[in-house]
Amino acid sequence: MTARQLRRNPLGAFGAVVLLAFVVVGILGRRLAPYAPNQVDVIRGRLAAPSAHHPFGTDQLGRDIFSRVLAGAAVSLRVSLLAVGLAAVVGVCLGLLAGYYRGWRDALLMRTMDVLFAFPAILLAIAILAVRGPGPDNAAIAIGVVYVPIFARVARAGALSVRETVYVRAARSVGASDTRILTRHVLPNVAGPVIVQVSISLAFALLAEAALSFIGLGTQPPDPSWGGMLAEGRDYMQGHWWVAAFPGLAIFLVVLACNLVGDALRDALDPRQRGAIEAGGR
Amino acid sequence: MNGYLARRVAATLAVLWGVSVGVFALIHLVPGDPVRLALGTRYDPATYAALRHRAGLDRPLLSQYLHWLGGALHGDLGISFRSEDPVSSVIGERLPATMSLALAAIAVALLIAVPLGLLSALRPHSAFDRAATVLSQVGISVPDFWLGILAILVLAGSLGWFPAGGYVPLTENPGRWFGHLVLPALTVGVVSGAVLTRFVRASALEVMSEDHVRTARAKGLPERTILRRHVLRNAAVPVLTVAGIQLAYLLSGVVVVEIVFSWNGLGQLALQSVQSRDYPVLQGAVLLFALVFLVVNLVVDLLYATLDPRISLT
Repeated sequence: MTARQLRRNPLGAFGAVVLLAFVVVGILGRRLAPYAPNQVDVIRGRLAAPSAHHPFGTDQLGRDIFSRVLAGAAVSLRVSLLAVGLAAVVGVCLGLLAGYYRGWRDALLMRTMDVLFAFPAILLAIAILAVRGPGPDNAAIAIGVVYVPIFARVARAGALSVRETVYVRAARSVGASDTRILTRHVLPNVAGPVIVQVSISLAFALLAEAALSFIGLGTQPPDPSWGGMLAEGRDYMQGHWWVAAFPGLAIFLVVLACNLVGDALRDALDPRQRGAIEAGGR
Repeated sequence: MNGYLARRVAATLAVLWGVSVGVFALIHLVPGDPVRLALGTRYDPATYAALRHRAGLDRPLLSQYLHWLGGALHGDLGISFRSEDPVSSVIGERLPATMSLALAAIAVALLIAVPLGLLSALRPHSAFDRAATVLSQVGISVPDFWLGILAILVLAGSLGWFPAGGYVPLTENPGRWFGHLVLPALTVGVVSGAVLTRFVRASALEVMSEDHVRTARAKGLPERTILRRHVLRNAAVPVLTVAGIQLAYLLSGVVVVEIVFSWNGLGQLALQSVQSRDYPVLQGAVLLFALVFLVVNLVVDLLYATLDPRISLT
């Protein structure tokens, strides 16, 4: 996306800035935080309202919510990137193979994707975590598996439309191997839709990570995660709004940024799809 | 039409068979002995052996699958490791809660999305349209469980308008059932409504740019008639697909929202079964969710032809 396109799409530019800030905080969060995420402030105590010492207040154990939100960004970033990376790599490979070779490979792979797609996303993730046990890495794997079929479908659609083009047939006729055709000719043609899907899936992966941590299957306490902070602070939010407000606001802002960037990328990479959005996921 | 119906039903059954294999495999993928894990401190050799036998886990794998599948086809989903009640009755008890939440939420979603999306499409790029687009983007991005927490904080806590959580069956007290339903239905409905609004807008805009609408305008038909006869009917087809997917998603249990509102639905049951390692209940719930999802999708596909006769299902 060029600077000119960003200027023409201020919402997309806003999303890009928020997303960049999220990545920076995700990498440097613990170093930027004024307190260690599990450090208890014994002087100002628990559930202290936002102040100069604690801009987002303190939680039910007296820990600085601002520092925990910053540290939580690292967890959200790592899990969502791992999940989407896993889904994109596996899904695109399967989708390319299915779309390029057609026949029984296509039928087998896509019916398997249909089966995966039939499970409600969050429940499939819960079922996978029931088998693998809770934790952020397993949450990333679970979310990744859930999103494999989406990437497979996107890549397959692209591969199907490219496999019969003249330049692919020409490459085949001069003896280019399937691997070369797939990597040099087919993959670049599916890259645009895949990039858009990565951005949208990042938003859903962030939401899913927060939801799984909220129900106790993702990041485990006392490690900070945005969903986990909401779950831990739920019983104390009455009269202490900051306990619920800031972690939720962080999730909302980053998800919004991913969606805005996704829309802007779609407008830039595929103007025909302008205004349309993905149906799946939520 | 009959040929298409047969092909779609066959494809759905094939996927459902794949789902059954996945769900059956779930209990065998758990590291360790699932019955032993489920019993935990309640373990004694006699109970262990009896439960293993009742769950059919002492048979060869293929026989286990065929036994489980045969039972599932007759509505017998096994025995709960925790309560030792039949899984189908455990699930049946929770079904009304999930159904009432899903149907109320989709009603809220449509009540938001249809007027908002249509008004946006009627005045594209106006201030109203921009505001509606931003609002729907916000709705899509907000975590539903956070929205639920905020709703409890403000509407239940500070204002005291609605109960903060819990489920009362419709048959027990319709007034209290409705009161408890409002906040979770609003929470889920707002998020689904945000997704639907964008589809209603996009779909109506597309139809309004088509030749038959231009012809109707050229003939001097009133805007209301054009909207009712030409736009709404044609725009409904893609919207129906997304609304169907949303309903299937909602019927599949909005796990996290159910937990926020202590709503005794299937989503909460699925999570409780994970926590208590009650794998037969988890298997039953996942199988039912997938079945609901596939059936709703099939019904939506078949409704296509009814709404738009141009779509040929041959």
